[in-house]
Amino acid sequence: MDSAPVLEVRNLHTHFFLRRGVVKAVDGVTFSLKRGEVLGLVGESGCGKSLTALSILRLLPQEAARTVEGQVLLDGEDLLAKSAGEMREVRGQRIAMILQDPQTSLNPVFSIGNQLHEALARRPDERGRSLRERAVDVLRQVRLAAPEQRIGQYPHELSGGMKQRVVGAIAISCAPEVMIADEPTTALDVTIQLQYLNLLKELQTSLGMGILFITHDFGVVARMCDRVAVMYAGRIVETGPVREIFDNPVHPYTQALIASVPKLRDTAERLRAIEGQPPALSDLPVGCRFADRCPHAEPRCLEKYPEAVSVGENHTASCWLAA
Amino acid sequence: MQRYILQRLVQGVILLVVVTSVVFFIGRMTGNPVDMMLPEDATEEDRQDMIERLELDGSVMDQFGVFIVDAVQGDLGTSIRYRQPATDIFFSRLPNTLAMIPPAMILAIAMAIPLGILSALRRGGIIDRISATIAVLGISTPNFWLGIVLIYLFSVTWGWLPSSRMGGPLNYIMPTVTLGTFLVAGFMRLIRSSMLETLDSEFVKLARIKGVSETAIVWKHCLRNALIPVLSLWGVFMGGLVTGAIVTETVFAWPGIGRLTYEAVIFRDYPLLQAVIIMDAIFILFINLLVDILYAYVDPRIRFE
Ligand SMILES: Nc1ncnc2c1ncn2[C@@H]1O[C@H](COP(=O)(O)OP(=O)(O)OP(=O)(O)O)[C@@H](O)[C@H]1O
Ligand code: SF4
Ligand SMILES: [Mg+2]
Repeated sequence: MDSAPVLEVRNLHTHFFLRRGVVKAVDGVTFSLKRGEVLGLVGESGCGKSLTALSILRLLPQEAARTVEGQVLLDGEDLLAKSAGEMREVRGQRIAMILQDPQTSLNPVFSIGNQLHEALARRPDERGRSLRERAVDVLRQVRLAAPEQRIGQYPHELSGGMKQRVVGAIAISCAPEVMIADEPTTALDVTIQLQYLNLLKELQTSLGMGILFITHDFGVVARMCDRVAVMYAGRIVETGPVREIFDNPVHPYTQALIASVPKLRDTAERLRAIEGQPPALSDLPVGCRFADRCPHAEPRCLEKYPEAVSVGENHTASCWLAA
Repeated sequence: MQRYILQRLVQGVILLVVVTSVVFFIGRMTGNPVDMMLPEDATEEDRQDMIERLELDGSVMDQFGVFIVDAVQGDLGTSIRYRQPATDIFFSRLPNTLAMIPPAMILAIAMAIPLGILSALRRGGIIDRISATIAVLGISTPNFWLGIVLIYLFSVTWGWLPSSRMGGPLNYIMPTVTLGTFLVAGFMRLIRSSMLETLDSEFVKLARIKGVSETAIVWKHCLRNALIPVLSLWGVFMGGLVTGAIVTETVFAWPGIGRLTYEAVIFRDYPLLQAVIIMDAIFILFINLLVDILYAYVDPRIRFE
């Protein structure tokens, strides 16, 4: 899998400019996603994963949030330089996204069919099928039972797992090059989670999309991803192929995350197993951001931020121990 | 859907029975109506005479029985002042009120929806601040006062508009503004806050992710959701409309139901007052039924419950 990256994020900074100060929620994120690859973005709650995704789509949550630096290259074109109108052509058509909670991500007052049509209508069908036929077809692709009936139904008539399939159908309706899945299974029942992950994997293989898969869960990473980027306090601290990261984690934070994966899969709680708290994003230290919690911290860790260095094939880490 | 309507109808009938009883017994609790109606120098003979004429000689429960039996047959008593069946008077005045409500509603809606949406879209902007001012003024200005000020300026001082009674279209302007102002503030703030909430929702985020245009986000995805709380608070607005109509019609000598209510109170015409209140209740229940049906149409979650 050495093809050119379809999505490249370089030195991305997205900050909240609040009255009480500047919250540097995304502060120098760099990673790339290759065509047809699944890249996991892992890190504890609040480290800036969702905000990174929304920065890529340029859908920041409020006026106070702004992307102040960096580049987001889709096939080499910088999305941050595009006009609002051009950006709308990218959303849904070239980059799609699945949100975390299926209970709230569909509009309660419009039918499933209506919400699918909105997405499908943006691209004419080369086979000349009607919107309805295409909607049924795309629902079939996400393995929703009885799609003909579903399109007339409203979100409240579907279970959480079914709704998330509809959200998936919306995401693939324009055959995007990149799909961002922001913890797509955290809100689902455990039994349904696995089915959904399998479905995503299947769609990814058949459509050849690159997926940026955001999760708390290293167990899910092992199942889904080709490569993984570990994020801590607004930056990527380690990147590498999944096997390599599991077998040979270099950054102490990655090591702690992997050590805290229990044998039995439960939910997000486990990442808290690491002692201490991440630093306040409004008052970040100059040195390594993990230093407070790191068992190997040395004086130089506090003085200067460790730049990413190569520690193996396609494997980089930002830690003075590796430098 | 039919079950839903039937359910609402049954609820309406129960409510009507409650309203009727409350109106009746409160009327009696305020004292013997005869004492209130007779002039101060009336003799005991006059008093007996009146008691018999108004069939007030039985016990309160007996009177209530008679009242209910008559009411079911459409007889809500005879007005003391007009000496006509109270319902006849009500229906002769009803068209005048019905002629004033739609323009006031249209004015309120035509102002509230765009202003509510615009102030939600540009929170803290100029339109938001102007509409907040309008809302504060609208809520804190008693509408009898607004009515009087309008009359003073537009009729007395400048002589542009007729000050009272019905007539040509010009007669509608001031009552419409007076009654509409009463409604617009609440409407506008409600639409603003529910627009803000929906604009911030996950489904709007997903719609943007799909690449839906901002225009469709506002007018399709948000507005329909934002109208749900407005419709569910409709009952409160109806209450406001009734009190608003009483004040407005009184100020502008508008011969409608509101003015009739006021007269019934002033002239102690208790059968008329009872009848007007009960008919108002029926009217409000009917409007609320229509709104409930509309509500079910807007919000599919209701339709299937
Ligand atoms: N509206 C906001 N105002 C101020 N700060 C915010 C706002 N939204 C998010 N943040 C900050 O941005 C940081 C990153 O948020 P983000 O949602 O990207 O975290 P996340 O990694 O996706 O976490 P989770 O795993 O809980 O979803 C948070 O720590 C928070 O401090
Ligand atoms: S740079 Fe120092 S403090 Fe930071 S993770 Fe490495 S060893 Fe720990
Ligand atoms: Mg998140």
